[in-house]
Amino acid sequence: MSVVSRRAALRTLAAGGVAAAWPMAALAAPLARPIPSTGEMIPAIGLGSWITFNVGDDPPARAACAEVMRAFFAGGGRMIDSSPMYGSSQSVIGEGLARIGRAGDVFATDKVWVSGAGRGPAQIERSRELWGVDRFDLMQVHNLLSWEGHLATLFEMKAAGRLRHVGITTSEGRRHDEIERVMRSHPIDFVQITYNVLDREVERRILPLAQERGIAVIVNRPFREGALLREIGARALPAFAAEIGAASWAQFVLKFILAHPAVTCAIPATTRVDHVRENLAAAAGPLPSAALRRRMADHVQAL
Amino acid sequence: MSEWWTYSLADFLMFSPRTYWRLFELYNRDIWPAQLPALAAGAALPLLARRRGAAAQRFLALLLAAAWAWPAWGFLFARYDTINWAGRYFALGFAVEALLIAVLGAAAGRLRIGPFDGAAGRTGLALFLAALLFYPLLAGISGRVWAGAEIFGLAPDPTAIGTLGLLLAARGHSARVLSVIPLVWCLVTGAALWTMNAWQTLLPLAAVLLIVVLPAARHCYKKNITM
Repeated sequence: MSVVSRRAALRTLAAGGVAAAWPMAALAAPLARPIPSTGEMIPAIGLGSWITFNVGDDPPARAACAEVMRAFFAGGGRMIDSSPMYGSSQSVIGEGLARIGRAGDVFATDKVWVSGAGRGPAQIERSRELWGVDRFDLMQVHNLLSWEGHLATLFEMKAAGRLRHVGITTSEGRRHDEIERVMRSHPIDFVQITYNVLDREVERRILPLAQERGIAVIVNRPFREGALLREIGARALPAFAAEIGAASWAQFVLKFILAHPAVTCAIPATTRVDHVRENLAAAAGPLPSAALRRRMADHVQAL
Repeated sequence: MSEWWTYSLADFLMFSPRTYWRLFELYNRDIWPAQLPALAAGAALPLLARRRGAAAQRFLALLLAAAWAWPAWGFLFARYDTINWAGRYFALGFAVEALLIAVLGAAAGRLRIGPFDGAAGRTGLALFLAALLFYPLLAGISGRVWAGAEIFGLAPDPTAIGTLGLLLAARGHSARVLSVIPLVWCLVTGAALWTMNAWQTLLPLAAVLLIVVLPAARHCYKKNITM
């Protein structure tokens, strides 16, 4: 779909106020970015699962999560991210993938989160069983917990062909010095950090370092767990949002993130099919220039 | 945990309010009609406390121990643990409280609840009755489905609040020992409810305040009288 026709579709949606019915027809293939270490292309919008997929044993809620995943794959998404820390999310993902027949299409991204390197392999295997995949595409050390030992395990698994990529994670600006040290000293494929139009600490060192070292960047909490959108959602979008085809604040924020050249993908989490489509659509149109990004940040900061 | 000061209460809430409240709805559906004997057993507790004789107190302790054992297994371990990995540890805490009540109250006979007189006794009874009769109504009053009612002896919050009410009307060292776990739970659940913006967070936090403030006030009063 051309930019013009996409804008027309967005205008139609905005005029009708029907974000809740974001149509699949409005979606082109989302932007894909290469994983620097391998060159493999990955869609720039992934799917997080913190809180949103932790629905326990509630059958209707689990089925609703599967529908979110169905819409995600239908819109061209691939990366789903989870962690053993996220309660029932892993089993919800595994059940959903089986239900919609997409276990072979997912870019399965999980974390190891346990004290003591010796307990890592058992946790990873348990996670794999819950997901129902042959192997993980990416396994990350969650919040750098016991990272020295876990990284050794992950590199061993990768060398043996039981894992495709290795990464580390943090959130909300924590332990950036240590993250930086790991990025400099270990051949990791991915780093996952928090980045959005208000939380921009990573722009100073982490993002430039990722570019320099050829490390893919996953952005978590793009909407501050929804708080950012709740805060600014009632305000009108600035007129310049139309220049990049952002029809909602969610798209405005995602486009800001994806336009950073170091960012590989963002992983917004949602419980709603219309939101997953809206998020994917953010990666299908034009992205802001560096100058416009500054304007976007200033605008949100001033709200 | 490194950089612990950078974490807020919200960082520890790993489920949505909708998922949390839905747990009670599904739980009540699965265990129906256990709610009826649970309410009846709860109503029997203050009546037993009014009876003279050690046997009534021991039976009361046995019922109270059961009221802690059920939510430990039936709710915290079997259900809450599916959305919060700490659920199994909370279940263990409830099981320990059940055991302590059974040992100190039912076996050793060292728990004496009542009479419900004086400021502490009357407040304790009021707190217990609020947990037994008012707490189940909170789901409906708050705009959630009535089927999500939290019931004393089945759900952890009213059980902990009601127990603190009974212990407020009890005397002796055993009552203080048995207050620790309900107090901790009220703080934990109060924090979670606060993060979920649920106004009912006021109830567990009020229970904590009462159990701490009233005995302290009583102690100060007695001290002043004897001076």
